[in-house]
Amino acid sequence: MAKLKMSKKSTKVDMTAMCDMAFLLLSFFIMTATAKVPEALPVETPASTVQTKLPDENLGTLSIAKGKVFYGVTGRDIRSETLKRMGEKYNVAFSEADLTKFALIDGFGVDIRQMKQLIDMKNEDRMKEGTQPGIPYDSINNQLTDWIQISRNVTKDLHTKDLDIAIKGDAKEEYPTVKKVLDILQKQSKNNFFLVTGLRSDDF
Amino acid sequence: MAELNTGDGGGKKGGGKVRSKKSNPGVDLTAMVDLAFLLITFFILTTTLSKPQSMNLALPDELKDETPPETPAWRTLTIVLGSGDKVIWYHGGLDNPIDGPIVATYGKSGIRDLIINKKKYVDDRNKREGADLEKSGITVILKPSEKSNYKNFVDILDEMAITGIKKYATVDITPEDIKSLETNSIY
Repeated sequence: MAKLKMSKKSTKVDMTAMCDMAFLLLSFFIMTATAKVPEALPVETPASTVQTKLPDENLGTLSIAKGKVFYGVTGRDIRSETLKRMGEKYNVAFSEADLTKFALIDGFGVDIRQMKQLIDMKNEDRMKEGTQPGIPYDSINNQLTDWIQISRNVTKDLHTKDLDIAIKGDAKEEYPTVKKVLDILQKQSKNNFFLVTGLRSDDF
Repeated sequence: MAELNTGDGGGKKGGGKVRSKKSNPGVDLTAMVDLAFLLITFFILTTTLSKPQSMNLALPDELKDETPPETPAWRTLTIVLGSGDKVIWYHGGLDNPIDGPIVATYGKSGIRDLIINKKKYVDDRNKREGADLEKSGITVILKPSEKSNYKNFVDILDEMAITGIKKYATVDITPEDIKSLETNSIY
């Protein structure tokens, strides 16, 4: 009788440990996965076969779509310091609270004079399409140049590294807009940058 | 650990009943484990793929040299990007081209074979003349027009990467090139 009982027990595998481990890994991956951040400017990037990974840190991203240009840098310390110096340059005063709040904004596209209103907005209002008109980048009022230049200086001062620039252009964006941005970068001797693309095979 | 004691019908009945209870002593975790692993796979895949790919683009320094280095006409291939996902290419100068100008499309069935052939042509001639293949290889000149879009630009840069062209330059479009696009109605 005793022998018979034992053989019956061994027919089933105990999955408890396996289940525990699976869920442990699952929770780990859920927690580490970065949630897709809603973008102020939706951009549909073209695809390419080249696979270069973008750097995680010290990266400034220029989003170009519908003739508008948005800008964002990684790193909260760089963001607040950049806004502070931009404020000094354009005589717009930002409080300490503004600077901390600005550090949480990933990308923006407004005139520096409207920056205060943008910071005071609620997150969901800020992300609404059409709220942000894009950073001025024409020859009379070229704030984009200053944003890039100042964020590069700040990165050099705080992290002693040169800021990498990624260009995230919409596939349907007309070339002249892209050309203008490339010219701005070239003028400040930033000749090497990343073009953000999707991935495809060379069979197209 | 995960075994459940189904408390009903304890010791009322005989040995036969006990045996039937023993046949299902634990909760079946198979489905749960399946699901958990499915989700893990999903999260692993999405986290690695969510990182965007990118391509490097290096432009010449604007302040340093104003005049581009002279290249013999037979070594240059010019590609003018027009509208409607079409290009015009010509080998040599536009006023006296060796080949072209001809309208082509992007991709495998379009410009790629041409670039590979032209590269081979230049390499062969270099070999015959005993020139350095690395230094005097083909130079591709890209001229994006105002009617082309960003996708076209990335496509042609991608084409450079696929065909292994080392020397290529993005140059401003000239009025002659625009005229050539207009006559082929892709401007």
